[in-house]
Amino acid sequence: MSDTATAGGAARLAVRKTYKLYIGGAFPRSESGRSYAVTDHNGGFLANAALASRKDARDAVAAARKAFAGWSAATAYNRGQVLYRVAELLEGRRAQFAAEVRSAEGLGARPAEAVVDAAIDRWVWYAGWADKIAQVRGAANPVAGPYFNFSLPEPTGVVAVIAPGSSSLLGFVSVIAPAIVTGNTVVVLASERSPLPAVTLSEVLATSDVPPGVVNVLTGRTAEIAPWLASHMDVNAIDLCGASGALADDLAAAAADNLKRVVRPEDEAWVLTPGLDRMLAYLETKTVWHPAGT
Amino acid sequence: MGKLEYAPAPESRSIVSLRESYGLFIGGEFTPSVDGRAFKTISPATEEVLAEIAEAGPADVDRAVTAARQAYERTWAGLPAKERGKYLFRIARIVQERARELAVLESLDNGKPIRESRDVDIPLAAAHFFYHAGWADKLEYAGYGPAPRPLGVAGQVIPWNFPLLMLAWKIAPALACGNTVVLKPAETTPLTALVFAEICQQADLPAGVVNIVTGAGDTGRALVTHPGIDKVAFTGSTEVGKQIARDCATQPRKKVTLELGGKAANIVFEDAPVDQAVEGIVNGIFFNQGHVCCAGSRLLVQESVYSDVLAALRRRLGTLRLGDPLDKNTDVGAINSAAQLAKIRELSAVGEAEGAQRWSPPCELPVKGFWFPPTLFTGVTQAHRIAREEIFGPVLSVLTFRTPAEAVEKANNTPYGLSAGVWTDKGSLILWMSSRLRAGVVWANTFNKFDPSSPFGGYKESGYGREGGRHGLEAYLDV
Repeated sequence: MSDTATAGGAARLAVRKTYKLYIGGAFPRSESGRSYAVTDHNGGFLANAALASRKDARDAVAAARKAFAGWSAATAYNRGQVLYRVAELLEGRRAQFAAEVRSAEGLGARPAEAVVDAAIDRWVWYAGWADKIAQVRGAANPVAGPYFNFSLPEPTGVVAVIAPGSSSLLGFVSVIAPAIVTGNTVVVLASERSPLPAVTLSEVLATSDVPPGVVNVLTGRTAEIAPWLASHMDVNAIDLCGASGALADDLAAAAADNLKRVVRPEDEAWVLTPGLDRMLAYLETKTVWHPAGT
Repeated sequence: MGKLEYAPAPESRSIVSLRESYGLFIGGEFTPSVDGRAFKTISPATEEVLAEIAEAGPADVDRAVTAARQAYERTWAGLPAKERGKYLFRIARIVQERARELAVLESLDNGKPIRESRDVDIPLAAAHFFYHAGWADKLEYAGYGPAPRPLGVAGQVIPWNFPLLMLAWKIAPALACGNTVVLKPAETTPLTALVFAEICQQADLPAGVVNIVTGAGDTGRALVTHPGIDKVAFTGSTEVGKQIARDCATQPRKKVTLELGGKAANIVFEDAPVDQAVEGIVNGIFFNQGHVCCAGSRLLVQESVYSDVLAALRRRLGTLRLGDPLDKNTDVGAINSAAQLAKIRELSAVGEAEGAQRWSPPCELPVKGFWFPPTLFTGVTQAHRIAREEIFGPVLSVLTFRTPAEAVEKANNTPYGLSAGVWTDKGSLILWMSSRLRAGVVWANTFNKFDPSSPFGGYKESGYGREGGRHGLEAYLDV
């Protein structure tokens, strides 16, 4: 990123952005007052990101829980429109995201643009699922008796996501969109090494129609924050995408305390169109019986 | 309490800029008809001429089908599914952006109250594009196999009662599934379809993917019988639907779906909340002046509550406001055409002649335009023509029943089977009735509800095929 520009012979100093957390629709610094230096692919300084604490994580869970009632009760059509709106706004900031992804992931200009395009299309893909997942996943069940019996998917609740470390934007979008399109709310820990595109994306979310608290973004140390999310008793599911090895095993074990739904993906090719797995992981099935008779 | 007086609250016409004349929309361009023929479309509320519309002859239909075929083969079929979806999202957004203009235009051309075009027709049309946009790249999940294929070119003919909404019901699933279309709007309501053609241009939809040919029955017949189309989708009268089925009998490869007439029973049990039921009855038959194929045109009331329901219904009818479709307080607008008004008058006269008692609230009708007051017939038997034939107007026939079994018997005693309504506080009775009613849609304690995710279509002579939802995709896929 060029920090100065020459206009009319005089150099102009760029105004840099402070990268903060995104909790309950607001952009606080870490309550701990800490930050950490984020570098580009060559080790060059990019910015200081907030180093989230245990309390930030707990605040984020509380915000997600608070938002759950409203978001899960929104009509599927409404949720679909809200997600599509995110894609529209993202398209308008395409150049900014391409530049951020470039410095975060060390990509060339064209590949970085391709990543951004794929991230936009991923929002659109998931937006379309809002009012279809129940049609694919629900059923009228022909029980042997005078009953009408049907099963419907419902969101599980608050989903914690450890975002992938390497794919700072496309991977990030690909792990949060399936959780929110199905009516869940999310606390997501951004890529530790490349958190900046995620923070910028939260600015898009804040100015789109996504209600405050539906997505909460933390930046910081995975090994420090993830265990608090995995053991939090008010979190219903956790995606361990960005954790691996012994840490992932420990997180899965901690998640067992309240039987969180655990997503433990293999290596993922983010450019490929996803399947239903991540949406289904965050959906409960509710079956209703009702008698039929005069 | 007497009727409240309202000051007029007309929606402004200035949002609409009408051209004097409109051409056909073929291959992405507006073009005159080959033989230069044209017809006029009028406002049924005032009989004012709104615009002159090109009338497509067989040569024009042929041009449109050729354009659709070329677009199918050269661009649309080869486009990645997600890009197809993105075009539909664009269209949905532009319909939303131009919603008020479309609503005013629809009310002008059709005669329906602005409250309905603004709150029902246009939002649902946008929603239909939104919903199907998402399906474009998810068809492998729809239950028709791993890679369902489009049919090719669809020829679509739609009615005048919900012009833009019926267009959306036809075009959105067709395009989402990868087909291209030639659509003929009704001759009395072509205007919103022509604005939709502009919307396709604004969305940069590839030329020829959507073609609009305006005209009357002959144009429609030229379209559905054209050998170059792979799919016929028709919404309209049962009579024309049967003719299309006959016409297509010698072209077995053409897939045909028909959404035709109805004579829905709206069944009120004694435990139903009367006020809520009366609102549902009124909505069921007077919504859109009764120009609704699924209208609840036969009211079946349980004998024990007959007098209560009738008294409440008469009281409620007395508060309906008939008049200027562009007035935001209007409940009942104009009848769509002189021909339709003549048909409603004729069947109503037959109702009286056959011995039913006719009643309308005191209701002043405007001098110009086509108008018919909300009307009730009591003392109707199942043998009466007004209990058997679709009137397609604001006319309700009232019958009674004693037991649920009798209600089912009477409700199903019709060649139609599009919809039905059940009003009761007892859930088990709703489901018992639903499983016995031979109708494609059953509304319980509500009526005339539509949603893009909800399949719609009829049993028996109300046609075949479904529109909307996962089931509606089948009509546009080679399955």
